[in-house]
Amino acid sequence: MKRQAYPYFDMANVPDDLCPVAVRPNPMLPGEWRSMKPVVDRAKCVKCAVCWVYCPVQCVVEKPAWFDIDYATCKGCGICAQECPHRAIAMVEEAA
Amino acid sequence: MGPTTTLLEPEAKAPGFIVCDGNEAAAWAVALARVEMVAVYPITPQSSLVEYLAKLVADGTLDAEIVDAEGEHSVLSVLQGAALAGARTYTATCGPGLAFMFEPYLRQPGLRLPMVMSIVTRDTLTPQSVWGGHQDAMSVREVGWIQMYCETVQEVLDTVIMGFRVAEDRDVMLPVNVCHDGNYLSFGATRVDLPAQAAVDAFLGTPNINWHAALDPARPMAVDPLTGGAGGPGPRTFVRYRKGHCAGMQNALAVITEAHADWARHTGRQHAPLVERYRMDDAGIAIVTIGSMSGAGKDAVDAARDRGIPVGLVKVKTYRPFPTEAIVGALDGVRAVGVVDRSVSFGWNCGPLYQDVAGALGRAGRQVPSMSFIGGLAGADLTTDHFGGVIERVGQLALDGRSGPTVWINEND
Repeated sequence: MKRQAYPYFDMANVPDDLCPVAVRPNPMLPGEWRSMKPVVDRAKCVKCAVCWVYCPVQCVVEKPAWFDIDYATCKGCGICAQECPHRAIAMVEEAA
Repeated sequence: MGPTTTLLEPEAKAPGFIVCDGNEAAAWAVALARVEMVAVYPITPQSSLVEYLAKLVADGTLDAEIVDAEGEHSVLSVLQGAALAGARTYTATCGPGLAFMFEPYLRQPGLRLPMVMSIVTRDTLTPQSVWGGHQDAMSVREVGWIQMYCETVQEVLDTVIMGFRVAEDRDVMLPVNVCHDGNYLSFGATRVDLPAQAAVDAFLGTPNINWHAALDPARPMAVDPLTGGAGGPGPRTFVRYRKGHCAGMQNALAVITEAHADWARHTGRQHAPLVERYRMDDAGIAIVTIGSMSGAGKDAVDAARDRGIPVGLVKVKTYRPFPTEAIVGALDGVRAVGVVDRSVSFGWNCGPLYQDVAGALGRAGRQVPSMSFIGGLAGADLTTDHFGGVIERVGQLALDGRSGPTVWINEND
């Protein structure tokens, strides 16, 4: 049988008071609730990739001459800023 | 044809009768129900049951996967995965094993995953005890599993099979505990009729396990996501599942009754599904029992009847959901009730079954003098003499016209 991820399970025939299951992914991303975000200073970044190695959610993305952050999935933990040997990453408060 | 006295002889699978104990009877029921996955961890007095299962699988009588897990928590977790993949599952445990299983045990009924699990009842710690008693099963009575208590070895076999039918009914979808008394039923050997495989197949039909929740790449879903909380749709969603669970429990009363009736049609054996009324038709007083003690209770009722005491016995088979109407109906017209428990409700200083019976009578507006008797703890015998004393005390209640304090039956044994 060919495995497929879609379509989602059809709940139409299952009573809605039986068993808690979720058939739609929650669209909320960390970027919607993060309080601090890492900002890379491109002049200081030497592309050593320490931030890339340490990021627990793999949101560090490689650019031609520096590493940058995918703000959709970064949850603002600050590990990259802590570990960056060149102090090229600063944690900045998100706008309210 | 003579009885097959050797344990688990393959030829014994032919319909007929064997001589076996309750643990072996349960294992035979599992084989007849064509269970697809069992996970086991041995614990006294359940151990021989899972050893029988291992042998049935090893010799090919039972075509099932068997997982020798590292503990009861894993046993039930393994089976939840198997059930979510669609398998008919079974295990058995008791006492400290049941305690160690508690976290997945809580989850099973909320997931509405049908299965049958035997509790080979054992008194719980502490004091240290390896003997029979209902304290383990009674301690989990409010968790949302169906509980049925057996009186005889034959009833163990029949009820394990019926348990799958009840559990997998679409109006129920709940796990079932079939409780049989440790030592008394687990190791007491009697003649047991093995039903024909074809009769069991016709009775159970196709497994009906994971149509509503599944681990299946073709139907991707997150099972048991975070539900509830104080905001948004949380409270009403959580309440909706709780109410659905309660409705499933109540539906089980009719499904259990129908399953027992259909079982009688297939095998000719009739067991009382919810409560059994024994010599209750003209009874002035009644005792209420549960489990294997009921046999001695019935003998004592016969003896008391011979002495002219108009006593009857009501045996509770289905304890969760509690058959409130059946109990109130069975006790209609009696002037005093004594309830005998093999366990303790510490908070109420009485037996748990007593609480339930008193609650059912009270809600029905019935004021009946009643009394809780606690006996048979940690393997103690509940004899016909003990029951004779119970009947005498209940007769006195009817004369006094008011309820009495809890009696600890084996206090001086």
